[in-house]
Amino acid sequence: MTEQKKTREPLFHLVKRINVPAWQAWAIRGGAIVGGFLLIGILIYAFLGIFPTDAYRYMFEGAFGSQYRVMVLLRDLAILLLFALAVTPAFKMKFWNIGAEGQVLMGAYCCMVCLYYLGGKINNVVLIFIALACAILGGAIWAVIPALFKAKWNTNETLFTLMMNYVSVRIIEYTIKVWVPGGTGVLPTMHYGNLPTIAGENFWFSIIVALVLTAVMYTYLRFSKHGYEITVVGESENTARYIGINVKKVIIRTLILSGIICGVTGFLLVSGINHSLTSESAGGRGFTAILVSWLAKFNPVGMIFTSLLVVFLSAGTDEIMTKGGITTSFFSQVVTGLMFLLIIGCEFFINYKIVFRHHAEAPKTPIGTGSTTAETALTASEDASADAAKEENV
Amino acid sequence: MENAIEMKNITKTFGSVIANKNVSLEIRKGEILSVLGENGCGKTTLMNMIAGIYYPDEGQIFVNGEEVTIKNPKDAFRYKIGMIHQHFKLVDVFTAADNIILGEKMPEFNLRKEYKRLQKKYKGQFKALKAQEKTYFEEGGSRFTKEYGEIVRKETGVFNRALLHIGSLGWIKLWKHAKFNYLSAMRVKKLQAIVDTYGFQLDLSKKIYEMSVSEKQTVEIIKTLYRGAEILILDEPTAVLTPQEIRKLFEVLRIMRENGKAVVIITHKLNEVMEISDRVAVLRKGEHIATVNTRETNEKQLTEMMVGKKVDLNIARKDPVDPKPRLIIEHMTVKNRDGINAVDDVSFTVNGGEILGIAGISGNGQKELLEGIAGLQKVECGDIIFHNPKKNKPVTFFHHSLKKIKRMAAEGFFHYPNGEKVDLKGKRKKEIVELVNKEQILFYEDEIIDLRHRTPREIQELGIKLSFVPEDRLNMGLVGNMSIVDNMALRSYRKGKSVFVNKKRPKNLADTIIRDLEVVTPSDMTPVRRLSGGNVQKVLVGREISSSPKVLMAAYPVRGLDINSSYLIYNLLNQQKEKNVAVVFVGEDLDVLLALSDRLVVLSGGKVAGIVDARTVTKEEVGLMMLSRASVEDSKLFADALGKKQNDDEKEEGEND
Amino acid sequence: MIVPFLSEALKLSAAFLYGSTGEIVIEKSGHLNLGIPGVMSVGGAVGCVTVYYLLKAKIYSTFLLLFLPLLTTIVAGGLMGLLYSFMTVTLRANQNVTGLALTSLGVGLAGYIMTQKGEAALIVGKTSKIFASLFQIQSENWFVKIFLSHGLLFYLAIIIAIVTQIVLNRTRVGLHLRAVGENPATADSAGINVTAYRYIATIIGSAIAAIGGHFTIMEYMGGNWEYILEGFGWLSVALVIFTVWRPALSILGSVIFGGLYIAAAYINVSFAQTELIKTIPYVITIIVLIITSIVGSKKAQPPASLGMNYFREER
Repeated sequence: MTEQKKTREPLFHLVKRINVPAWQAWAIRGGAIVGGFLLIGILIYAFLGIFPTDAYRYMFEGAFGSQYRVMVLLRDLAILLLFALAVTPAFKMKFWNIGAEGQVLMGAYCCMVCLYYLGGKINNVVLIFIALACAILGGAIWAVIPALFKAKWNTNETLFTLMMNYVSVRIIEYTIKVWVPGGTGVLPTMHYGNLPTIAGENFWFSIIVALVLTAVMYTYLRFSKHGYEITVVGESENTARYIGINVKKVIIRTLILSGIICGVTGFLLVSGINHSLTSESAGGRGFTAILVSWLAKFNPVGMIFTSLLVVFLSAGTDEIMTKGGITTSFFSQVVTGLMFLLIIGCEFFINYKIVFRHHAEAPKTPIGTGSTTAETALTASEDASADAAKEENV
Repeated sequence: MENAIEMKNITKTFGSVIANKNVSLEIRKGEILSVLGENGCGKTTLMNMIAGIYYPDEGQIFVNGEEVTIKNPKDAFRYKIGMIHQHFKLVDVFTAADNIILGEKMPEFNLRKEYKRLQKKYKGQFKALKAQEKTYFEEGGSRFTKEYGEIVRKETGVFNRALLHIGSLGWIKLWKHAKFNYLSAMRVKKLQAIVDTYGFQLDLSKKIYEMSVSEKQTVEIIKTLYRGAEILILDEPTAVLTPQEIRKLFEVLRIMRENGKAVVIITHKLNEVMEISDRVAVLRKGEHIATVNTRETNEKQLTEMMVGKKVDLNIARKDPVDPKPRLIIEHMTVKNRDGINAVDDVSFTVNGGEILGIAGISGNGQKELLEGIAGLQKVECGDIIFHNPKKNKPVTFFHHSLKKIKRMAAEGFFHYPNGEKVDLKGKRKKEIVELVNKEQILFYEDEIIDLRHRTPREIQELGIKLSFVPEDRLNMGLVGNMSIVDNMALRSYRKGKSVFVNKKRPKNLADTIIRDLEVVTPSDMTPVRRLSGGNVQKVLVGREISSSPKVLMAAYPVRGLDINSSYLIYNLLNQQKEKNVAVVFVGEDLDVLLALSDRLVVLSGGKVAGIVDARTVTKEEVGLMMLSRASVEDSKLFADALGKKQNDDEKEEGEND
Repeated sequence: MIVPFLSEALKLSAAFLYGSTGEIVIEKSGHLNLGIPGVMSVGGAVGCVTVYYLLKAKIYSTFLLLFLPLLTTIVAGGLMGLLYSFMTVTLRANQNVTGLALTSLGVGLAGYIMTQKGEAALIVGKTSKIFASLFQIQSENWFVKIFLSHGLLFYLAIIIAIVTQIVLNRTRVGLHLRAVGENPATADSAGINVTAYRYIATIIGSAIAAIGGHFTIMEYMGGNWEYILEGFGWLSVALVIFTVWRPALSILGSVIFGGLYIAAAYINVSFAQTELIKTIPYVITIIVLIITSIVGSKKAQPPASLGMNYFREER
């Protein structure tokens, strides 16, 4: 109730925006990113005494400075993108799966189990396919468990998937300790079941898979019937029921899909890049991916740019740290966190409009004012009366 | 009697809709006033203005003879006005007592004031002791006597006490603020006193989620009384109660009246008005018609005042052509969320080629009825029989598999164009496929399907073209954030074998609807949420009729629409009727219902209060049926008036069969 | 065997207890703050650095060494809470996303601070004895060993948990706070300032959680910095579910979690199996989560509006 509000907050009140042109929204987000970079510059100057312009130059060098660096950047980009692709369909359905970390780890784990026990015993190509299948199975099972409970009993999926992450971490630690008893707890590099290198580098494969999956996911979400159902379930469960969508089925199916992509990612991490496995293999990307996906508004193509932003920040800050004589990757986490907070915060200015007391205006009436609904009419008149009341207050 | 509240010339508009026009009304202390009127007549809006939810555009409100401005519910509290809304504002996991005292401010504890008070008190004591000391010396007392020591000790005592007391003021304030008092004995006593005074039956320590609707309402009432309300407004308090609970509530209201409170009940139930109130204020279309003493009036007079004279709406209505039963509802019962029978043993028939109006105060089972038919709500018992008009129409593979066609043929469902019975025994698969594709196998009779226990998907897959325009369009029916084109695809996206959604057909459909129904929108890619209500409705109705349905159900399709859009919707419904569609039209404006429909089903309390011919029935008769609870006494009241009509109606139905 | 085990389990339990008590206070206001690991990390780091600077300034006053770091920890935690509530209450940002970003920020910040002051950990290690020995009773009595051989911050954790329990369930402020978390619209209409309650609860809760980080580093880890607080933070979030949003129960729950966390060192299992034992807290949390959702008992449900921001004009 507007009237009630103004007694406490007489200076301004908030109006939910109905109509924000896309360019304006993107301008606000762009502004937030620019602001984020400015803030980072200031922070770095304050902490390390590196002048902002130098800092930006170092950042750029760190990310794109040499061919090798570009390659590493692309590799990191690809992996992060894969994580983000995995969480996106579930998020679009408003299923808060924050367990991508665990799902990828389970995929990687299942893949590793195959390599460990079957490596050298069977043909390498066959091994790769078996490992891939196992990885997919592992990821999918890990993802579908919370989905089943969500569909059946509406169990809180955020907390469920969060806990599942740590269970998978422990399972991996356990297995490694069984395999490498008493030792360093580090698994030796696997010589079997490695993906072929392209142009001498082992990460091209991941990059290609990431690009292909991005295109596939974009198409899937945008044009396919499944994607359409996901959107409808996410937007309005009532309407989904009304047109006869089986909501439970969609939830389970979508989470299986999420799990499959996680499995593939895990497979690529083990078989394609690391040839080994630790419980830190996912490296917190499961969480970062949520932010990446969310910032891109769940658009897979947009996610290329948001993940680029993240890996750029990370590589750039690491470079600055090196230049500042500090070897720690923590600062890049700070920088990323700050940038995220700024971008998340800026959404407010896209969704809401602050209406100040003196030039208060009624919210934009919807298109086709000839026939207003009772609801919009109601808010309009409420505002009007609130304004009237405000003038009395002044 | 003294006036508690006086409203003078109150006017309130929402956009172009006038909710209240020049209403003057007084509420007296120690009386029960009923505010009577149809849905949308502005009675709740009027009362909301006293309760501070809305602010009137024009007019004055006087409380106890003084002009006041009530800008928000807080102001209303200050003037001791309390309103009990239809939707309770209670915290589910709290006990009744917790909910009642929720938000209550602690008594003021002003540090400075308290300090001044203590200072004064101890200064007084100290001065008295000083004076005593002075007199002691004047009387020649010595410093070394026991007496003097006593005085000094007293002085120090006072000083110490003052220091301690004043020093701890801050802590006392903190303590008072967060005190463990929210269920202290005193407070429970105060609550229990209210409960006892008015004869409520309520366990104060019971949690809200364990309570029945009636108990929740009791909590709301006690909450209002606890905050010291002298004027109580109850918005349709009996809508959710059983007869026994209603009786209890009325007893409580009577005790309130005896205690000198002013009680207002907003209602549309005549029998209750007659039973409980001292005076009745009747509103119609936002205007105050009259306020009469209950003793000097009767139900008939009140009904006439409520519904007014019939208005000619000039809606073209053709006679139904060849009406045949399309949808037969038999003894249908649907429970709502609270487990109450929202639809109670309802039976009626919808014919193809006619508009069946469903009249009734909203919330009398209309929503559950339609959702039950559409497969969106569980139907407890009863049958929904659908007659698919397939007679002499060819069977297709679209809805029936080869296996099923074979089975149906064996059961004698089909005949050849020449009238011969189809026998598929011994025929090869290829032959059958050819026959079907050449449309050589025709249905012998209409297909009869029971829709109960079917999901919306199954109903769709059975080839039943059942279209449904729900009342809350953006919550069910459309997706606000999706474009018009995408919303068009909702019904049709499953078609075809492709994994992709075919956007071409929805786009063509969207463009057609935008053009034909004159939807005002920047483009067909605009999210539906951005359209105005009328245009949203056009999009939804347009989509629902585009699939050339056999049954079209529309719930309040013109709610919130302006005159032009409303007429457009009426015309669309009429067109469907001419196409031999069975149209179910749920409306709230009696004039429209009477002018548009061919027959009317009147719902009251989830039951069918009557099925009448819309051409001959009068508005008053329908009004009386709507307002009755289908109890024995009530039905006697209008049975005489309606008996004849119902007989006619049944006769008509018989002829149709 | 059993006495040192229980003693150690109890000692560790305080870390979880701080985290979960803080998170309960926050969740009761309707906020699912996934930034708790970040908050705990920052709390630990800031406290540690404060001790470091005090020692560097040659201030050896026990009182200052005890309370100044505590104060800075509380302030740091409060600031994190303020940032979170500003994002979610004022800017109405998505709570999950904000929480995760806050965790990233907090863990990074803490890690950076601690690695930069590498030598800090060494010096601080010595002072941590002050923390541990204060209020500590040396005795061979089993009861004393289990319950009374801990430092100041351990007892503070239990006091805070009990006070929180009482405040939440027995006072007006607690009643209002719970109403805000259950049904902000109702609370609002009853004249409760939803915004203020959410802000203050988040700030206080974060401050409590931050003390948990401080405790873990100073008292439990003996001044050793390990990249461990993030895990402790998530376990605290799990504990909230495990104890179905009750601080008093979480005293017991935290002991169970603490016991399970260190159990491996006391029972005869292989090096690898210790990992499986560490899984148990998460698994039982999942089981509790599932059971509460299946049973659907109203008493064991999360606050009804958990995770949802409140915007009055939206209704």
